[in-house]
Amino acid sequence: MNISVKIAGVELKNPVMTASGTFGSGAEYSEFVDLGRLGAVVTKGVARTPWPGNPTPRIAETHGGMLNAVGLQNPGIDLFIQRDLPFLERQDTKIVVNVCGKTTEDYCEVVERLADTAADLLEINISCPNVKEGGIAFGQNPRAVEAITTEIKKYAKQPVIMKLSPNVTDITETAKAAEAGGADALSLINTLTGMKIDIYKRAFALANKTGGLSGPAIKPVAVRMVYQTARAVKLPIIGMGGIANAEDAIEFLMAGASAIAIGTANFANLGAAQEIAEGLELFMKEQGIKDIREIIGCVE
Amino acid sequence: MGKKFKNTARVEASECLAEGIYSLWLSDEEIAKEALPGQFVSLYCKDSGRLLPRPISLCEIDKEKGRIRLVYRTVGKGTKEFSHLKAGDTIEIMGPLGNGFTLEGKKIILLGGGIGIPPMLELSKAFRDFSGCEVQIVLGYRDGRLFLSEEFKPYGRVFIATEDGSTGTCGNVLDAVREQELSADMIFACGPLPMLRGVQAYAGEMGIRAQISMEERMACGIGACLACVCGSKETDPHTNVRNKRVCKDGPVFYADEIEL
Repeated sequence: MNISVKIAGVELKNPVMTASGTFGSGAEYSEFVDLGRLGAVVTKGVARTPWPGNPTPRIAETHGGMLNAVGLQNPGIDLFIQRDLPFLERQDTKIVVNVCGKTTEDYCEVVERLADTAADLLEINISCPNVKEGGIAFGQNPRAVEAITTEIKKYAKQPVIMKLSPNVTDITETAKAAEAGGADALSLINTLTGMKIDIYKRAFALANKTGGLSGPAIKPVAVRMVYQTARAVKLPIIGMGGIANAEDAIEFLMAGASAIAIGTANFANLGAAQEIAEGLELFMKEQGIKDIREIIGCVE
Repeated sequence: MGKKFKNTARVEASECLAEGIYSLWLSDEEIAKEALPGQFVSLYCKDSGRLLPRPISLCEIDKEKGRIRLVYRTVGKGTKEFSHLKAGDTIEIMGPLGNGFTLEGKKIILLGGGIGIPPMLELSKAFRDFSGCEVQIVLGYRDGRLFLSEEFKPYGRVFIATEDGSTGTCGNVLDAVREQELSADMIFACGPLPMLRGVQAYAGEMGIRAQISMEERMACGIGACLACVCGSKETDPHTNVRNKRVCKDGPVFYADEIEL
């Protein structure tokens, strides 16, 4: 039985990754998850300099989901390379470093700093809804997506995954733009912009007013977008958005994702990522699937 | 910090102490053995529409019988769900989490405001074995509907403050401290943010060190997601910015290291 998949030439032992921002750099979760059972760990976004993030409250629960507006708090690339990457290097899994920035130069500098490190893949966050500059400012305009992808590719030694925003009219437009810019793979979807109001306080639940909606509530939207994108581009897709169990993960694979990422489920169940990896194997055995690639994009 | 456990705990007892205030005894030997006063646990809802664990402080730790007590306020649907638990039911729980209080001081004041009162009970008990420490306990309530106040009596001198003046000092916990002219070399406090700001200012003014237990909305509970941060005076070595993780670096901080 083969459960390994390849993303832009990098072999993952299974298609299960963690979604950026929900798993730190893996150290805290290593008490609950055998990181060696995951295809890859995707780090929380890292920028050129330390970012303090947004004021609190940064999160609010919604039915079947949650809103977050953490605002890409991160310790900066220096401390990340010195402390977090060495930890991940000691784990028997692939390392995907998520990169965030405010300007094209910011992104390129971080990508350049990562060139000679143990990072296996780079994931570029051009779709964070919670920071005013950068992030989503790049991700909603196909021309800007193509331009920043082209620039980043000039500096990147590792394959580049562009992480796309669902907060657009047609995600296949930004997907095609990333492909035209030379992206090696796509991640989708990032969170959907949402809002919650505390009716007793007559105030927003989040200090940032709006936040990114994640969790099972967004799964059907994510599956649809993965399916549409898989038919519009040739690039491998990492599918995510509300995956809470192996069955959810299989839906994404069948819709056309070559790998999947577990995000909010890590909060509801600290062992979720490993359980889903094990659940995929069980499903393959039960269904007599010899190679996981048989089911990738199997629904026409 | 010690080991954390993710277990299915059995409910030993659940009762309503006052309007909207519930007491829950859970049987969990591993967590009870490891737990320290000031730490908390994450409780998971059975309703899968409510994804995030609820962080609740430890009110009592019974290491001998392997059980813990949580006293919480019903503030939303999750805590409402917990309030329906009955003896014999089970609940998913993870902990113990956070750092807990540092036991220090020769003459101390414990300040608990509202739902900040429960963690002070285990702390007051912990000082029993702390030789020669004078323990003064000040509990603040909104009105005369008191809870837990009787249970503190074996562990120190207890003073009450109520906002409506129906019992004890009229006002908040600091009004009671001033009225009773209490002095101390260490303050421990847990309660609403305005109270903690007051404690921070008072401690600074009086030159007394204070340990403050913070509350914040949390997602992972283990220090990974950076949802629950509070401002810090200095750059934190982990986050590399001026904030600290309430769930992992806290919930207890020295008053002079954080910005409230």
